Amino acid sequence: MNLSSLGRDDMRALYRFLVLTRMLEERLEILFKQGHVVGGLYRSLGQEATAVGSAYALREGDWLAPSIRDAGALYVRGLPPIAMLRQYTAREASPCAGKDNTTHFTIPELGLLGPISPLGTQLCVLNGVALTFRQRGESRVCMTYQGEGASRTGASHEGFAMAAAQELPIVVILEHNRWSFGTPSYRAAAVEDWADTAGAYGLPVRSVDGNDLLDVYEAAREAVDRARSGGGPSVIVAETYRMLGHAQHDSQKYIPPEELEEWRGRDPIRRFERVLLDDGWLSEAGLAEIRDEVDRELTQAVDAVLSEPHPPAESSRTRVYADPALDPAEPWTRTLATESEAR
Amino acid sequence: MSETTYLEAIRDAMREEMHRDESVFILGEDVGLYGGAFKITEGFLEEFGSDRVIDTPISEAAIVGAAIGAAHMGMRPIAEMQFIDFIAPAFDMIVNFAAKSRYRTGIGAGIVIRGPCGGGARSGPFHSQNVESFFANVPGLKMVAPATARDAKGLLTAAIRDPDPVLYFEHKFLYRRVKESIEPGEEIVVPLGEARTHRRGSDLTIVSYGAMVWKAAEAADRVSSEDGSEIEIIDLRSIRPLDIDSIVDSVRRTGRLLIVHEAPKFGGFAGEITAQVCEEAFEWLDAPIRRVTAMDTPVPYAPTLEDQYLPQTEDIVAAARWLLAY
Repeated sequence: MNLSSLGRDDMRALYRFLVLTRMLEERLEILFKQGHVVGGLYRSLGQEATAVGSAYALREGDWLAPSIRDAGALYVRGLPPIAMLRQYTAREASPCAGKDNTTHFTIPELGLLGPISPLGTQLCVLNGVALTFRQRGESRVCMTYQGEGASRTGASHEGFAMAAAQELPIVVILEHNRWSFGTPSYRAAAVEDWADTAGAYGLPVRSVDGNDLLDVYEAAREAVDRARSGGGPSVIVAETYRMLGHAQHDSQKYIPPEELEEWRGRDPIRRFERVLLDDGWLSEAGLAEIRDEVDRELTQAVDAVLSEPHPPAESSRTRVYADPALDPAEPWTRTLATESEAR
Repeated sequence: MSETTYLEAIRDAMREEMHRDESVFILGEDVGLYGGAFKITEGFLEEFGSDRVIDTPISEAAIVGAAIGAAHMGMRPIAEMQFIDFIAPAFDMIVNFAAKSRYRTGIGAGIVIRGPCGGGARSGPFHSQNVESFFANVPGLKMVAPATARDAKGLLTAAIRDPDPVLYFEHKFLYRRVKESIEPGEEIVVPLGEARTHRRGSDLTIVSYGAMVWKAAEAADRVSSEDGSEIEIIDLRSIRPLDIDSIVDSVRRTGRLLIVHEAPKFGGFAGEITAQVCEEAFEWLDAPIRRVTAMDTPVPYAPTLEDQYLPQTEDIVAAARWLLAY
């Protein structure tokens, strides 16, 4: 394993991102039960190492498009944790200003492209970002994620076709987490090994243990370096598991208990803690200190967010077009016959 | 003064914008090596290179998706649909990604999606459609449909410079049949959302766009010479934003409205115009609003069938006479 570039600070940072991802979602679960989360809550429990380990291989200036279970990748790219709390509680100051939820935001300064709910599409859009890098002669790289379920969409297949044909600098992390909502992956493709599906595009494919952060990082680093040096796109198949239902409302009663139990023993955070302790990177006390620090930060963030306002109702009509004159007239009315009468 | 065809006007708009602005580029099926299915981009690959004239796989979602991503980076992509019928596989990208991007995230998707629409070329159900109503119910999109060579150039130039997604419907029947004097290199910008009065008249208003403007004009000339009534023709040019003020202004003067479009009637764009005119100018109407459109069937292939499907000049004359006699 080629980890010579990772030092103690990296190991600390990686551990922090892992526990931040999980602890923030635990806070969100409490907020959900308290009625503060608007709509659904989509957890990444069990998949944190795939998101964090892969995104850590990127550099400033690179772009990343997550799926909904890749919040960890966003913190690695510089998203303040409070932004995710605002997003799920639909605050005015959220990245989407209350107009969309989950990870669906685009923040060019951080190189973040938001996905949309029709799956597989962000690969097609990120291709355009990668194309622009090439047109401008910049050695920047794109990374995106999709579950094995999303990889069955036409958009995903078209995105792979375009990335491959144009030899774009893009890395696709295919997260084989076994379940797409209530459908097991063997009902989505007739393959034993999901690397076989990715291999059909003529791209380099590498399979990794998605619950082993350093395995993910190392593969991502190789793929990112290849893309940056003009070697084109590649695919990493991360073998992992969705430990909770599709969203908070999903009791996952359709999942065989022994399957869950088996994967509970492969928890990515426990495994990374073992590496940190065994290889002498951090002590038990050092790990606890990081967790306490994240916990304090989250307490502050939750308190702050709950005092923030939701967007004002009148902002619902704005920002449809660049020219505000093309947005619905103010005040928007359904009762008067004409807009001119409304004025 | 040289005569420029509608097709050449489209080509000139793209070429001139590509020279003016390095961020303008084209991607689509067969646009490079082959020069485009209708030869609109002939010579572009040699002139601008393969990074700005990009041959793609047959993947309309990937074409529009890449355009959106490039637009997020400040580029000005033109995505070509080889026939506008093939926009269907990109529907998700257009209505869910491009149209909603600015509203959801604050980051717009200033892209142009252009392609040949319309019938009359005996091309059958998948090379002849008019798709504006598929998209009319989607806030965030703009749509244009030029009838003249000047507008073909001016609307495309404006669309390329626009910060929002624009669907540009070029009517293939007009490609080589419509021409106009345009100075080489003449910059024409037709603002989106402004209709044009194609013909002045005081007895009846016809609202149309695209190729049907010419059939409406034929009908108006006949009614004028045979009956002495003068029909005003409003060429919308932009379908969205809709220049409702120009329509209402004309209807208030004539008191009668006929809407002519080539797409089928049920759920067609004429319904929206009708509703808005009823809301804004009901008291000025002296007759019911009438629509002349294609039949509510797929576009058929055989000439006998397609002629039956498409609105004809005689249909417009008959509807105009009915309205004028009301």
